[in-house]
Formats: sequence, structure tokens, C-alpha cells
Amino acid sequence: MALNMLERQKSQFETGDIALEVKNVSKSFDGKKVVKDVSIGVRKGSITSFIGPNGAGKSTLISMMSRLMSHDSGEVLVEGKPIKSYKSDELAKKVSILKQANNINIRLTVRELVSFGRFPHSRNRLSKADWGYVDNAIDYMELRDMQDKYLDQLSGGQKQRAFIAMVLAQDTDYIILDEPLNNLDMKHSVSIMKTLRKLCDDLGKTILIVVHDINFASCYSDDIIAMKDGELAAQGHCHEIINPTTLKKIYDMDIGIEEVNCNKICVYFT
Amino acid sequence: MKIKYLIPALILLSIISLFVGVQDLSIWNIHNFTEEQWETLLISRLPRLLAIIIVGVSLSVAGLIMQQLTQNKFVSPTTAGTLDWARLGILVAIIAFAGASTMERLFVAFLFALGGTFLFMRILERIRYKNVIFVPLVGLMLGSVVNAVTTFFAYQYDLIQSLNSWMQGSFSLVLRGNFEILYIGIPLVIIAFIFANRFTVAGMGRDFSQSLGLNYKQIMNIGLLIVAVITAAVVVTIGSIPFLGLIIPNIVSIMRGDNLRNSLPHTALFGAIFLLICDILGRVLIYPYEIPIGLMVGVIGSALFLYLLLRRKSYAT
Repeated sequence: MALNMLERQKSQFETGDIALEVKNVSKSFDGKKVVKDVSIGVRKGSITSFIGPNGAGKSTLISMMSRLMSHDSGEVLVEGKPIKSYKSDELAKKVSILKQANNINIRLTVRELVSFGRFPHSRNRLSKADWGYVDNAIDYMELRDMQDKYLDQLSGGQKQRAFIAMVLAQDTDYIILDEPLNNLDMKHSVSIMKTLRKLCDDLGKTILIVVHDINFASCYSDDIIAMKDGELAAQGHCHEIINPTTLKKIYDMDIGIEEVNCNKICVYFT
Repeated sequence: MKIKYLIPALILLSIISLFVGVQDLSIWNIHNFTEEQWETLLISRLPRLLAIIIVGVSLSVAGLIMQQLTQNKFVSPTTAGTLDWARLGILVAIIAFAGASTMERLFVAFLFALGGTFLFMRILERIRYKNVIFVPLVGLMLGSVVNAVTTFFAYQYDLIQSLNSWMQGSFSLVLRGNFEILYIGIPLVIIAFIFANRFTVAGMGRDFSQSLGLNYKQIMNIGLLIVAVITAAVVVTIGSIPFLGLIIPNIVSIMRGDNLRNSLPHTALFGAIFLLICDILGRVLIYPYEIPIGLMVGVIGSALFLYLLLRRKSYAT
């Protein structure tokens, strides 16, 4: 894959090392604690899914891990350094985050949007190499034939893919996606998860993703972090979490597990 | 809408503007102008043309920046109350510092415009219900309150009449020596060009900006500073010209999108052209009298804007 065209600075963090770390982090809004004393670790070069019921604090947690929000107490470490010690443009070359973006109403073409992914690297003038990243990201998300359309002419799924392409063009080691499967049909959900899998396996990206459908978490991720009521409910390898006992603890539901093609499928229709 | 059509249009309209007016100046007669005719051209007509172009460019750019930063197509110096604050500033300058120079008035008007715009932005941060229509309504209400205060004090100090001249903008009093403060808009527009990419990123919202490593607060402040200075300079010299900063960026956005890189030059040129057309029409329609420019912009602008609203309902939401 040609996304990594420029020689990347070698990081001392190898695949499998804990590269993003959250230590005893808490956060409250208006006196209400939304994240309570959570400690987690994310391995480099893996896909980590954040699961849990609505209002469990997943979005807040990943917002703090990308500095969109400050944390009240505790520590967030990116490759061993506190996140607050990074300059904002420096961090933007390392960690990118895509929040639920359905309320954005700026009139940009897909290509323009994706090109802004290069903003942290070359503020005003994009070099030839930058445009290479843009082209690759557009191809990777299969947006070539609609690259000159305005965002408001696209369907929800196409828009979502355009935003992901923008994050790809940003070319960060760590990619955080908050419910990227929202508004997507099954076909596009699967294709996006497969793309993420490829990014992770081929390019060594570390991907953090909030998902609601636990079967997407089960089939495509390496690790799972489960939250409930602002607390960490469980964390570990995918196969350690996907079992009736742990899921019962997270969701208060009896969930059966079936094995289909070596994937664990959760049956939650009761 | 292409630059190569906009520039000739601007030049053509500029020439027309120079040779339209009460005193008979004909372009075909330029080789044997009397001294008096030359004076009319250089002291009155040329300054007027320059003032119109600068105001057209800078107010449109100010409107564009505001719309981008608030992520709302209905926000402009008019609908956010910036104009009303600037006017209150002028009144305060007149009352508090009798015989204040234009420069001092500008400064006080600028401080008020800036404070008022920041207040508006703070209110925006606070309200949860950020409907496209609701946001400018807040601005309009705020502006009306400020206006009421201005009128009250103007009444108390017997300044209603001179206040009215600030209410309705007019280019007919522009003469060499009394409009030059407008030049302050030129460097500000240049700064806007330099920051174009950053304003576009800011227009994607706070989360996107931070993910892309943009110092959101700083860009916000720079943008609002530009808007406040431009508005204040225009109100002090010409008076208020409603709608200009609202319509022009909207028309350009429909055709060129919101990537400021692409739309800023067009917004600037189209703003100047639109204002020139309004001014020429205003001078010709009831010749030898003149329709105030604010009225012309208001009438033509609101008709155009209404048309846009009805035609592209889905666009603003």
C-alpha cells in the first residue's frame, strides 16, 4: 500500500507495546462524574473496540485520549509522554480523531475535504507528495468518481467515507473513530471495518473505534474495552471479552455466543 | 462566476461610476476637461469610487469570515449586531469626548463592535439550541436592544438627527480627505487571504480543528478582530450598509463552495461589483437626486436573498 510514501520517523514503540495509556482518569460535567477512575492501555498496531451501553462514557474517554477534552484527574500518555506536553500541531501528526460528523454543513467538495487532512503537515500549500496522500486516501475509500461532488450532495454513508478518507490523508499512527458505522448500511459497515483491518495489518496503524454492534467488535477487532456507567467493565483480547458472563455484566442481557466461520457471533435478540 | 469575467466587469463599472453624476463629465470629452471638471473627478468621483470598492470588498469578506466562524450562513455584521454596537460606540464617542476626531470615533466604535461581537459569540457558546435561524435571531434581538439604548441616549442628548446619518449609509458625502480611514480594510483583507485555509478548517468546527492541530481559539479571535475593525471603519466613514455582508458570501458559496481559498477572491470582487451597481442605480434612478446606498442594497439585496432562500431551501439547513 502506498499511503506510507515518505520515510516515517521510527518510533521506539513496537507493534504490541502499550502505546496509548490512560491512568486513573476521571471527568465530570456539571458535578456529574461521567468517567470514573479509568485505566486502560491500547496496543500499537491493533484495532481496539470500545463497547458499552449508551451513556457509558466511551465518547468522553476517547475525546480525552485525543485531547478534544481535558481530563480532570489522572494521566493520558501518548507513546509514554503526557498528552498535554505535545504541541497541538505535533499531536495532529500522531493522533487523529473523527467524531460523529453528521452535523457539519460546510460546502466543500470531497477532494477539498480530504486535502484538509494534510493541514497539519503543510498548512497552506500542499506539495506534490501531499496530493499523493490525498489521491491515495480517495482511492482507498473508493471515492474517486465522486471526488468533485459537494458534501451536501452525498448520502450519509458516502459522507462518512469522505471523512474517513480525510483522516487517512492525515496519515497518523493513531486513528480514533467515534461510531464510524453510524448511518451506514451493512455493506458499507463491513467494507469500512475491512478497510480498517487492512490499515492495521498492512500499514501498522493503531485504530480505536467506538462501536454499538458488538458483532463488528467481535469479528474485526483485536482488543475490546468495555465501559459501563463511566467505569471500566472489562478489557482484554477480543476472545476473552466475548463470552456470556462478561457480556451479561456489561449489558445486563443474556447474550448467546455462536461460532460461525471461526468468528464469535453474539445473539442478542431475546 | 469566473475571475476573468469579474475583473473586466469591475473595471467597466468603475469607469461608468466615474462619469455618472450631477455635474456633467463625459468620458468622450476627457481631453478638454476644464480645471473644475478635473477637480470634480479627483476630489469627489474618484474618492467615491475607491470608497465603494473598498467597502464592497471588506464588508463582504467580513461577512464571509463571520459565516465561516459561526458555521451559520445567516450570520453577518448586520444580523450579529456588530453594526449596532459600532453605532453605539460612535454615539458614546460623540457624547463622552466632545469634538472627537474621526480616528478617535473609529477607535471607540471598534472597541464596541469588538466587545459586542465577542458577547454574541459567548452567547452562541452557551445556547444549546443552535438552529440555523435561531442563531441570527439572537443576534438581531441583541442588536435591537443595543439600538434602543443608542436611540435613547441620542434622544437625551439631542443627537437623533446626526445619528440618523450613521443609520443610513451614504457615499454622497465622500470627498478626498474624509474617507481614507477605510484603507485600514485593505491590510485586513490581505490577512484574511493569508489565513484563508485556517478559516476554512475553523469552519468545520472545534473538534475537526483540534484534530487537525489548529489553534481554534486564536483563529476565532483573529477573525472576529478583522470583522470588528472593518465594520467600525465602514460605520464611521460611510454609515451602515445592511445585508451586504450577508448576501454576497451566500451567493458565492452556492457557486464556489466554502473553501475560502476558492471563494475569497470571488467574494471580494463580487462584493465590490454589487455595491457599485447599487450605487450607480441609486444615482441614476431619480436623477438628479440620489437614493441612499443602504436602501438600494437593502431592496436589491433582500429581493435577491429571498429568491435564494426560496430556490434553495435545503441548502442552508
